[in-house]
Amino acid sequence: MVYGVLRLINFAHSEIFMSGGFASFFLMKYLVGTSSPNGVSSVFLVIAGVLVGGCTGAVIAMTVERVAYRPLRQRNAPKLAYLISAIGASYFLFNMAGKEFGRYDLSMASPYQNHTVFTIFGAPVTLYNIIIFVAAVLMLLFLDRLVATTKLGRSIRAVAQDSETASLMGVNIDRTIALTFLLGGFMGGAAGFLFGLNIGVVYTMGFTPALKAFTAAVLGGIGNLRGAVLGGLLLGVVESFSIAFVNPAYTDVVAFAILVFVLLFRPTGILGERLGRSA
Amino acid sequence: MNFLQSKLTKKILACVGITALICLMTGPPGSPTAPSAGIVGSFKNESSFFGLFNTQRWVVFLILGTVVSTLAFLYQSNKTEVVKATAKVVSGPRTLLQHRLARRSTLLALFVLALVLPKIVTDAFWQEAMVSQIAIFVLLALGLNVVVGFAGLLDLGFVAFYAVGAYATAWATGALPLPPLFGVHINPFFAIPIAIVFAMVSGVILGIPTLRLRGDYLAIVTLGFGEIITLFANNLYGITGGALGTQAIPHFSFHVGPVNYIWNLAPVPYYYLTLGFVILFIVIFYSLEHSRIGRSWTAIREDEVAAESVGINPLKYKVMAFAIGAASAGFAGVITAAQSNYLNPATFTLYVSINVLVLVIFGGMGSIPGAVFGAILIQSVSMYLIHTPPSGYQAQDLYIYIGGLLVVMMIFRPGGLIPAKRRGRTQVEASSTASEAN
Repeated sequence: MVYGVLRLINFAHSEIFMSGGFASFFLMKYLVGTSSPNGVSSVFLVIAGVLVGGCTGAVIAMTVERVAYRPLRQRNAPKLAYLISAIGASYFLFNMAGKEFGRYDLSMASPYQNHTVFTIFGAPVTLYNIIIFVAAVLMLLFLDRLVATTKLGRSIRAVAQDSETASLMGVNIDRTIALTFLLGGFMGGAAGFLFGLNIGVVYTMGFTPALKAFTAAVLGGIGNLRGAVLGGLLLGVVESFSIAFVNPAYTDVVAFAILVFVLLFRPTGILGERLGRSA
Repeated sequence: MNFLQSKLTKKILACVGITALICLMTGPPGSPTAPSAGIVGSFKNESSFFGLFNTQRWVVFLILGTVVSTLAFLYQSNKTEVVKATAKVVSGPRTLLQHRLARRSTLLALFVLALVLPKIVTDAFWQEAMVSQIAIFVLLALGLNVVVGFAGLLDLGFVAFYAVGAYATAWATGALPLPPLFGVHINPFFAIPIAIVFAMVSGVILGIPTLRLRGDYLAIVTLGFGEIITLFANNLYGITGGALGTQAIPHFSFHVGPVNYIWNLAPVPYYYLTLGFVILFIVIFYSLEHSRIGRSWTAIREDEVAAESVGINPLKYKVMAFAIGAASAGFAGVITAAQSNYLNPATFTLYVSINVLVLVIFGGMGSIPGAVFGAILIQSVSMYLIHTPPSGYQAQDLYIYIGGLLVVMMIFRPGGLIPAKRRGRTQVEASSTASEAN
């Protein structure tokens, strides 16, 4: 999650995720309808879904930043105010979506024929799994390079470490933060599309994934992209095991327990030390 | 481009945007099959302009928006004069309120008003709402005010403690599948200490690991905790009765010597009972606020490092605030359990936490009168919306308004309706070091 970089939990991220899901839901409904595309058209549809979901997420994220965060930053408000404002924005957005698009579970029109491509150790790997995997790797590579090498990445890191000094060095803080939100929003919206492909879209769909994303980020070390990936993988594995060994109703409880234990014993996360004082 | 960058254009665009958004918020709902129905309908539906003439919604909102933004412009350009004039008008009552006698008589008048209220409000819906939606939420808001307002900790899982208190009552009175604590069905009065202890213990257990950390971790952990408690209540069939809820919970009753009294389903006796407890809690929290503990909370909220350096143990006081807040939520749970006679997990969702949070924020963080009046005002409005819903309004739409209100309050009036007297920098202008320090 890009937000670790800014030292600020964005509660509205779940709604960015949701908006990406809804935007791509309507896109798929319009483009795919009842047909069953395959081959090249599937590839284009998936890319279109990622782009539309991502762009919607980015727009919503920028708006949230502009409306709910920037006035507070200008006033130098305490952290509590940001959290409350973000929670408010989150509730506003998801209930608004519920009002406009109905409060039902919707399943997305599939842009491809899901089938098992190959099996590893008896576990089927479907096309969906491959799409998710490829998308995740691409996004990770892109973000990692961006933060590590580009000028924008440098200013993001500078703002994260010390925003006042960064502004003295000629970094435009407002612009950097807005761009960070744009990037994070794009990722969130695209993730909303990928999630919706398999599980479906509903106005409250953002809540649990956002909580888990946060757990993963804390597990891996906040503000560390590679750590976030590692944390996400670990969390997924632990959850799958807990489905097998504990009551499936309690997978969320397991994720939450992990969060509390990590916070208790290693607040910096597994890979957290690289950034120094990250917690 | 120069035209687009000018301040006036930006302001006009913002006003148009806000008006369109409000138009959308109050419009008819849409559906997945016709997603544009809600959006288009919000602007094009027929509507009468305050009964004067018939037109479409967007015209009404355009006129209202223009009027309001003109007023806002006028206010901004003549801000100093307006502020001066209002100060003159308000200064009379304000100096009057500084006299102890006047303050006391105002309090007395409010108390008398609260006493005779059930005689004034005779509608059955409102009498029920006064207990289950207003009085109990005043209690909850008072409790959360200690956590968020006094100690500055954002607790988004407040409903968890409320649920713990309610389920502990159900358990002690023998309404759960689990055998009751003493083997007999007891009066809810005796369940009060049990529920409070349970809520406090869960507050301490949750608080000790998380209160060491930054505020945002606390927020997300409590959010998770609130969700987990609902999950448990839903799934532990053997203990909580699961999604079906509990069996009948007995009412409060009072048998001492010749006095026999049982609170029944009628809301008015419960109203007086809850009112008594609300006053008790106000007194307790007021004296807490002005005690050593309250001052320590303020110190920690304003600057934790400085507080620690003058010998205050932040963890101890934070856990204390958390436990006290949890205890009052547990207490509200007891009353809910006994009054409604029956519990099910659907009562204890995250929405309740956010609902209570907005009461505290709206009224004024750290201000007891703020929490009380905020709770009464917002809960009354939301009850009114349930009682007589405007066209196109759905029950969940309330949270659109609540979310919007949270953002608006944070931007324009972070101190709330009745700001606390003893708030220093946090509200007015925190120096950047304070916000960076944690």
